[in-house]
Amino acid sequence: MDLNFTAAEIAFREEVRTFLREQLPADIAQKVKSGLAVQAADYTRWQGILYQKGWGGPNWPKQFGGTGWGPVQLHIYDEESAAAGAPRTLPFGLKMVAPVIMAFGTAEQQKRYLPGILSGKDWWCQGYSEPGAGSDLASLKTRAERQGDHYIVNGQKTWNTLGQYADWIFCLARTDPNAPKQQMGISFLLIDMKTPGITVRPIITMDGSHEVNEVWFENVKVPVENRIGEENKGWTYAKFLLGHERTSIAGVGASKRELGRLKKIAKSEMKNGKPLIQDPLFAARIAQVEIDLMALEITNLRALSAESEKKAPGPEASILKIKGTEIQQTLSELMMYAVGPYAFPFQRESREEGDLKSVAGPEYAAPLAATYFSLRKTSIYGGSNEIQRNIISQLILGL
Amino acid sequence: MDFTFTQEQQLLADTVQRFVRDNYSFEKRREILKTPEGWSRDIWNELAGLGLTALNVPEEHGGLNAGPVDTMLVMNALGEGLLLEPFLAAAVLAPALIARLDDAKVAGELLPAIASGERIVIVAHQEPQVRGELNSVVTHAAKSGDGYVIDGLKSVIAHGGLADEFLITARTGGKPTDTDGISVFAVTPTAAGVTVKSYRTIDGQQAADIELKGVKVPASALVGAAGKAFTAIEGAHEIALSAICAEAVGIMKAINAATLDYARNRKQFGQPISKFQVLQHRMADMFIQAEQAQSMSYLAAIRCVEDDAAERRRSLSAAKVVIGQAGRYIGQNAIQLHGGMGMTDELIVSHYFKRLTLIDLTFGDTDFHTQQFIGVTQAA
Repeated sequence: MDLNFTAAEIAFREEVRTFLREQLPADIAQKVKSGLAVQAADYTRWQGILYQKGWGGPNWPKQFGGTGWGPVQLHIYDEESAAAGAPRTLPFGLKMVAPVIMAFGTAEQQKRYLPGILSGKDWWCQGYSEPGAGSDLASLKTRAERQGDHYIVNGQKTWNTLGQYADWIFCLARTDPNAPKQQMGISFLLIDMKTPGITVRPIITMDGSHEVNEVWFENVKVPVENRIGEENKGWTYAKFLLGHERTSIAGVGASKRELGRLKKIAKSEMKNGKPLIQDPLFAARIAQVEIDLMALEITNLRALSAESEKKAPGPEASILKIKGTEIQQTLSELMMYAVGPYAFPFQRESREEGDLKSVAGPEYAAPLAATYFSLRKTSIYGGSNEIQRNIISQLILGL
Repeated sequence: MDFTFTQEQQLLADTVQRFVRDNYSFEKRREILKTPEGWSRDIWNELAGLGLTALNVPEEHGGLNAGPVDTMLVMNALGEGLLLEPFLAAAVLAPALIARLDDAKVAGELLPAIASGERIVIVAHQEPQVRGELNSVVTHAAKSGDGYVIDGLKSVIAHGGLADEFLITARTGGKPTDTDGISVFAVTPTAAGVTVKSYRTIDGQQAADIELKGVKVPASALVGAAGKAFTAIEGAHEIALSAICAEAVGIMKAINAATLDYARNRKQFGQPISKFQVLQHRMADMFIQAEQAQSMSYLAAIRCVEDDAAERRRSLSAAKVVIGQAGRYIGQNAIQLHGGMGMTDELIVSHYFKRLTLIDLTFGDTDFHTQQFIGVTQAA
């Protein structure tokens, strides 16, 4: 047993660091490190730079233009990227639909969709959740009726992240309403967002941001060749996708960066004439989250090393999701409490557009409350943390 | 980065686990508990026969010089068995201290006897005013003629009543909390002025308070250099801390397994209680806590011999915090999920819970190590 990186892994880390130092745009890194919103154009710009370097698909196999990195390299890459202030990888194209297309798509589909995902040219969004189908996803009602060479799609999706910028949406739709089990009548469709009949309506969340949408489908015509795999087998592909969703969800690198930000803030803020970080109660709260993060990091590495042997993420990823999101939430909570009264002022533009000129109080305080409120979503999305506990109790504990 | 064990390590782990499962059943343990001694010399000899008492002894003194990872694997298995024998005290802490004190004569005399299992050597360091800090020593040894006179009180020394030989820490200089000025003396329990008050502890093990009143020892009783023992004491306790974390993980896995088993078999409202989601989620959380604890036990085993003192202390304190918190969560909930049966002496689960609880209170509890962690982290 050895927790140290090998010489090759250390050399790789140097390579990643050098690349980030030279190529990561300072304005983007500044936003990330200050907790400000990263714009769609920023994501696309960064993906373009990664693509030029050949790192467009860090989690992709080489045959599809990916890096072919193993779990440890991926971990190093994630950690270094987060520390440097690179934007998070938007998962919808690269980490969700792409692995499904690689595993279950035809050669034709792979050729058609994967290059645009890799280069960042095509923006993908997710069409899973519905107003009546959240944790019970398989109860979804969006209907796809076969008419010759097409499906006619009708229904409503919700919690669609950043769909206002999307070129494509991957959708679960019911193709057989009479199937004996509701999981059995679902198909996995790729839909061009420009198709007539699609309407995207914003949902404004409590932090004032427009990140999620409702997507309405009204007689939307989708060619049959846009279906992945077999008709009515979509649930299998959907589960495969969700398994991939959990693997990178520990967010250890980003949480380490946020811990650093928390400490910086707690050193600047004062309480009883001393830096807040020296307050015994606050110091203990910081220590607790730092210790939890240390444990998560090792658990994550154990999962990665198991994954590299088994080649597939297991149900253990649910631990990473639960602990990872709890830690993200706690960090945002502590940062908000650290600034005390200056958690109050709220100017939507400051976090969304990075305009910090007119905010009251220290600049670092401006986005903290909004971020705290925003991150409550993390224990809800991606399979709520209660669903993750169901997964652990059923698939690991066998209850 | 590598989380696999060598073939030898895997064999060691399997051997000890098999020994515990075959020879140290809950019933067997209950029989041992009923004897006046409260531990089994036969079992001790068998552990020695397996080479376990030699594990932490350097090769030149008849030991195996195994590392903390080997010790971790052994402690996982011994934890499952809730051993009443003084393995941690006499086969981990004592040899680790002697090996660090740089005293060839004492090492040559004591270490081979520890390795063979013949002699039980017990480190008597803790005092009543202490809650985990290792530098607090009031017991003092005054120079007198050719030797020393020792006065003081050592409290709740694990397995102190079994000692053939004590390694007593005493101050030969400095103020009560200075790291400088602490020395180690080899003292036999039968020496004049030594009173050993031995008692059972609530986890079924035993401990002793050791009173030293005008205990005269020759200069040769001093182990290592006078006043310079702190680094060795700290180093030995770091090895022991890593080991006790592993013991805790062994217990957590076992108590979780026992709880799952109970929940599957216990029926209420016409179904096994394992079907109730509120209990499933509790057990999922118990599982998560045990996994996080195991991760930190790995970290402790690797970092307890790390040269960088800040990194070493930071990792060990973090590990002890996670183990303490996980132990409390898992232990309390295991009892809760067993309902009334969990309260009884009859099931092993209550015994696991008691040991887990005392582990949190050993070598500094969660609060102590949180403070240590803050100290190291903020100094960095």
